[in-house]
Amino acid sequence: MKYQSLALPTAVKIAEIRQDNYRTKTFVLEAQLDAYPGQFVMAWLPRFDEKPFSLVNANPVTLMITNVGPFSRLMHEKQPGDRVWLRGPFGQGFQVPAAHKKVALVGGGYGVAPLYWLARTQIDQAAQVTAIIGARTAVDLLYAEHFATLPELVTCIATEDNTAGLSGRVTDALRPLLEEGVVDGIYACGPHGMLAALQKLGQQYGVPCQLSWEAYMRCGIGICGACEHEGHVLCLDGPVLK
Amino acid sequence: MTNISIDFLNFTFATPFVLASGIWGTTASLLERAARAGCGAVTAKSCGPGPRAGHVNPSCVDWGHGLLNAIGLANPGAAAEAELLANAKTQLASLGVPLIASIFAGTAEEFGVVARIVAQAKPDMLEVNISCPNVHSEFGEPFAGNPTSTAEVTAQVKQALVGTGIPVIVKLAPNVPSVARIARAAVEAGADALCAINTMPGLILDIESGQTILANRSGGLSGSMLKPIALKCVYDIHKACPTTPIIGTGGVTTGQDAIEMIMAGATTVGIGSAIYYRGPAAIQQIKAEMIAWLEAHQIADLNSLRSLAHHEPLFSTVPTGAPVPAAH
Repeated sequence: MKYQSLALPTAVKIAEIRQDNYRTKTFVLEAQLDAYPGQFVMAWLPRFDEKPFSLVNANPVTLMITNVGPFSRLMHEKQPGDRVWLRGPFGQGFQVPAAHKKVALVGGGYGVAPLYWLARTQIDQAAQVTAIIGARTAVDLLYAEHFATLPELVTCIATEDNTAGLSGRVTDALRPLLEEGVVDGIYACGPHGMLAALQKLGQQYGVPCQLSWEAYMRCGIGICGACEHEGHVLCLDGPVLK
Repeated sequence: MTNISIDFLNFTFATPFVLASGIWGTTASLLERAARAGCGAVTAKSCGPGPRAGHVNPSCVDWGHGLLNAIGLANPGAAAEAELLANAKTQLASLGVPLIASIFAGTAEEFGVVARIVAQAKPDMLEVNISCPNVHSEFGEPFAGNPTSTAEVTAQVKQALVGTGIPVIVKLAPNVPSVARIARAAVEAGADALCAINTMPGLILDIESGQTILANRSGGLSGSMLKPIALKCVYDIHKACPTTPIIGTGGVTTGQDAIEMIMAGATTVGIGSAIYYRGPAAIQQIKAEMIAWLEAHQIADLNSLRSLAHHEPLFSTVPTGAPVPAAH
């Protein structure tokens, strides 16, 4: 089904489920939404709970879900043909200005979800796209092989324990690029500590950042204030803040 | 220059708009944002004796003709809330915008205890939320459901605040047979002002699952569909308690709605769901619309419109010489 947006939770079927790593699956749903990279949806399992997820794609709606709690555990038990209830899209996503030709997309852990979609939209627009994917250890890396299939995109991997790619954090991978001056915009999603470090780096090198901050979205529509971050309601003003 | 400032209790609000409790929580940064957007006063999210996670999601949805929410009084508990309030108070004081704290509790006595804790943050006013429709299973009927419990809670809070100088605003529920009777009970028990109304209980289903959409099953309706209900309550309360200041809250989305609320008898106007319908700029927009209407009608002072619906028409509505209908 094709929807512009869904105000109320709407039942959609799961078309396909892919195992990404030992604890992460990607769910492709039988629905299309009018959305752009960085926006999120709320996924509801009736009589259970509803959680926010970044869109990996809107056509068809695709969600990456890591098994970290009761909701994601229940999602991981789902089979193709089962239903999940969606509402959204919500929030402000990434908006890459035409002037940004050398973009660095930085994803930490499951923060890569919206960046893979952004990468695909940027291939045709930006002259140079560098994806930096970070994780604590090699088995936690997500979507690295997907990024690798994108043409004309440089993928750089960083693991904190040196089990894959560079040894260190995404900031260690990004710093040399900033030194070289081959980045004119940083687009990132990941844990707060990583984003705060990127923000600092961006300021240091005078490169603008668009950062997607994670928060527990409660109302999802900008009024309850549960997702407050530095004076912003992340579900409405964000999750991507400039 | 059109005057839209309002005297409310011992305060002068630069505008009549009061951020409704529960909108944007209690963080200093968001309350300050509301103040900068044009609120004359801001109300913090209700807090109770201990921390509460609130209800699981879905806890707030747009059902097509309004919002339905059951956040479930999520709050960090009175002690932690007092710290947040103290921060917010500092920020807001520099803007000259009064802070209204809000409390709830399970018993009348407990309301007194929470009031005492919150008073340490020295909020300018204290709103007593006896009308949350979403915690029925834990707290039973809202206290606002009958005059006796309304009076008991009001008296406990007044007693707890003796010597603090913090005035008490009691927030009433719409779903009672006679809101005027409840209002009178609150005022007789010492309420300095009233806030009317809280959200209206409601419930919606998802027919694909056959389940209620809100995890709490039911929630509180808000948005413009609530306006006529709020206006009726404010009208009745003003009639019953003509000298008691009222924060008229419910469905106000435009400047015209706000004027309507004042004409029904409200002293100031609460703003809540409009921030969803019109975005965070709602307060500026409502303010601009109100001023434009006042200017177009050559009304120099908003206060001259207060409770107009209870008196003679402002503008001639009958041809000269025609029989004038009896006043209602």
